[in-house]
Amino acid sequence: MEQKETQKPASIKVTGSQSVIKSLIEEGVEIMFGYPGGQIMPIYDALYDFTDKINHVLVRHEQGAAHAAQGYARATGKVGVAMATSGPGATNLITGIADAMLDSTPLVCITGQVGAMLLGTDAFQETDVIGISMPVTKWNVQVTKAEDIAPAIAKAFYIARTGRPGPVLVDITKNAQFAECDFQYKKCEGIRSYIPVPKVDVNKIDQAAKIINEAKKPYILFGQGVILGSAEKEFRAFVEKSGIPAAWTLLGNSSLPTSHPLNVGMLGMHGNYGPNIKCNECDVLIAIGMRFDDRVTGDVKRFAKQAKVIHIEIDPAEIDKNVKTEVAVLGDVKESLPLLTERIKTNNHEAWIGEFKKCMDIEYNQVIKKDIHPEKEGMTMGEVIRRITDKTKGDAILVTDVGQHQMIATRYFKFNKTRSCITSGGLGTMGFGLPASIGAKMGAPDREVILVVGDGGLQMTIQEMGTIFQTGAAVKIVLLNNNFLGMVRQWQQMFFEKRYSSVELINPDFITIAKGYSIEGQKVTSRTNIDNAIDTMLNHNGPYLLEVVVEKEGNVFPMVPAGCSVSEIRLE
Amino acid sequence: MEQEYTITAFSENSIGLLNRVTIIFTRRQVNIESLTVSQSSIPGISKFTIVVKVTQEKVEKVTKQIEKLVEVLKAFYHTNDEIIQQEIALYKVPTEKLMSSNEIENLVRKSGARILEVTPDYTVIEKTGYKAETQELFQKLDAYGVTQFTRSGTVAVTKNPKELLTEYLKELE
Ligand SMILES: Cc1ncc(C[n+]2csc(CCOP(=O)(O)OP(=O)(O)O)c2C)c(N)n1
Repeated sequence: MEQKETQKPASIKVTGSQSVIKSLIEEGVEIMFGYPGGQIMPIYDALYDFTDKINHVLVRHEQGAAHAAQGYARATGKVGVAMATSGPGATNLITGIADAMLDSTPLVCITGQVGAMLLGTDAFQETDVIGISMPVTKWNVQVTKAEDIAPAIAKAFYIARTGRPGPVLVDITKNAQFAECDFQYKKCEGIRSYIPVPKVDVNKIDQAAKIINEAKKPYILFGQGVILGSAEKEFRAFVEKSGIPAAWTLLGNSSLPTSHPLNVGMLGMHGNYGPNIKCNECDVLIAIGMRFDDRVTGDVKRFAKQAKVIHIEIDPAEIDKNVKTEVAVLGDVKESLPLLTERIKTNNHEAWIGEFKKCMDIEYNQVIKKDIHPEKEGMTMGEVIRRITDKTKGDAILVTDVGQHQMIATRYFKFNKTRSCITSGGLGTMGFGLPASIGAKMGAPDREVILVVGDGGLQMTIQEMGTIFQTGAAVKIVLLNNNFLGMVRQWQQMFFEKRYSSVELINPDFITIAKGYSIEGQKVTSRTNIDNAIDTMLNHNGPYLLEVVVEKEGNVFPMVPAGCSVSEIRLE
Repeated sequence: MEQEYTITAFSENSIGLLNRVTIIFTRRQVNIESLTVSQSSIPGISKFTIVVKVTQEKVEKVTKQIEKLVEVLKAFYHTNDEIIQQEIALYKVPTEKLMSSNEIENLVRKSGARILEVTPDYTVIEKTGYKAETQELFQKLDAYGVTQFTRSGTVAVTKNPKELLTEYLKELE
């Protein structure tokens, strides 16, 4: 494949393995997450000479390496790097790769492979990782010659981070790791067959501006595209000049401060009341860097049918995929939004925004008040989250696992800064939280990183406490323990006549487990102790586990039941 | 409404790409009627010709997903009236049947087919045409006992006077 190249620097002789490490250094990699094994030993050997340049974090399971790399990438905007051996090491990465694919997270995964002579012979620890990872990578490649390693890695980084980011995998056979080659690193600057960023068509901007200027009830839905395009400032300028209320998808969360007057809240199955029902009442819907996931649209046949839809998006394949658009503005949001902002009238939509406020009052009275100021005895997830976010003043990074606690945490956590909400959206991967929080903390060591996790999900990757122990990553783990697979239990209660099939967990003593890893912690069972416990956790210098026993059968509302229209959102 | 569409995709010639392309169809439960891959007129660039029976909406989405692949330069879809398409079919019949009368020879001549090879045992007939035509000939020949029948996938060129990919490559430069 043809590749545009920069000028050739002088070359030196290296082994393929050294070429891997040198290439990573050339790409600016400072931290990587991985786990060694037979077919990647030469690369680990080469790494041994570069520990001053690259901090290799030894995880406890390769899934953890992938998730940690994701957490790192999401917190920093850089490409996350994960490394594993062939066979089981490579297959263990797959869940994290699939998660990164759905959530557009830039990852470069490097796997060892059996020698080229053994390919296809069912050799020890040979799996067809190229075949297995094909549907869940943006791109992948197998390298069988030492001299092909550096160009493959250059291409991998370029593809992972450009356009709509995503995970790529480079599989390197053992003979290529051992062989010698000339090393001269050329960063990839383009690939003939790949156009990462479509050109902005100014005609489309004009059309969009006209529709926006004539709109009576315009409404902005924003997604992670704003963050991935580093367009927070441009987005905010657009929102403020247009005066249009804006609601976020799960992954768009934190790109506009929670306290911003035009931030009306969260979309989706457990999003806010107003933001959901207004999708079916607005006259113009401006979707920015989001992909109309079914968790956002509910029944898509009954979603925003009355509205003219403007879709501002980098990926042409997302246009008209789920929701038909009136105007599609392709391109980089950082470029298209200022052009659009220039062309729209300064406006405010007071009466329209007032409708969102009324909805928020209804939601407050029927849902939020009970969640954050409960009068019952059992503690709610909502009150715990609210206390933590108040005490951290909206400056912390929130990492979550998947389940009820995820929805409650993303609903009630407040954010001042972008790249502060790290959660598994598209794949909904339990076990994501703990390793992702380690990656996030290592990427943003100066920030408070709070992991909110359930008792189910924590046990999916609990071994990564070992990684915390070894690295000292000062993650604050908030375990919201309801002794249930809460989200599934909620569905069983609501849609399966309370037939609680395999959702109750008999749990270990989590504090003792943490202690085994020298992670301090405490368990809180009553409201009277919670404030002190949170303060202790936040003041503790180092990782900490705060286990909060919450009511067993709390439910998350509002809820748009699967298959329902967003208008059918339930408040109880 | 479902109808036949021909997708043509131009790509770099790289290992595994066929797999990436077919995954797009399997994931969406789209059955591929025929698929051929060959060198295009431009050196180093392969051309996929894929025939599917789907709705316009589906073919549009699938084509975008193909074009999204890193190694694919460009993908297009066409209705049958926008392209000239042909496929080739081979029929093997026992030579004794051919010799026993001139009926088979007549069929061959009338349908614009030709005889490729005659051995004492078997005769191989070739016909190029639309699928319906190769199918029709099969049915007629089968009255005499076709022992093997095989059909290539569809190949197609567009009626558009401009060469879509060449235009596109120029645009890139
Ligand atoms: C790997 C994986 N397996 C299964 C599920 C299905 N699932 C979604 S939420 C959930 C329950 C999560 O329970 P817990 O971690 O205790 O959190 P809670 O909902 O109680 O807050 C399950 C099983 C999933 N999302 N991921």
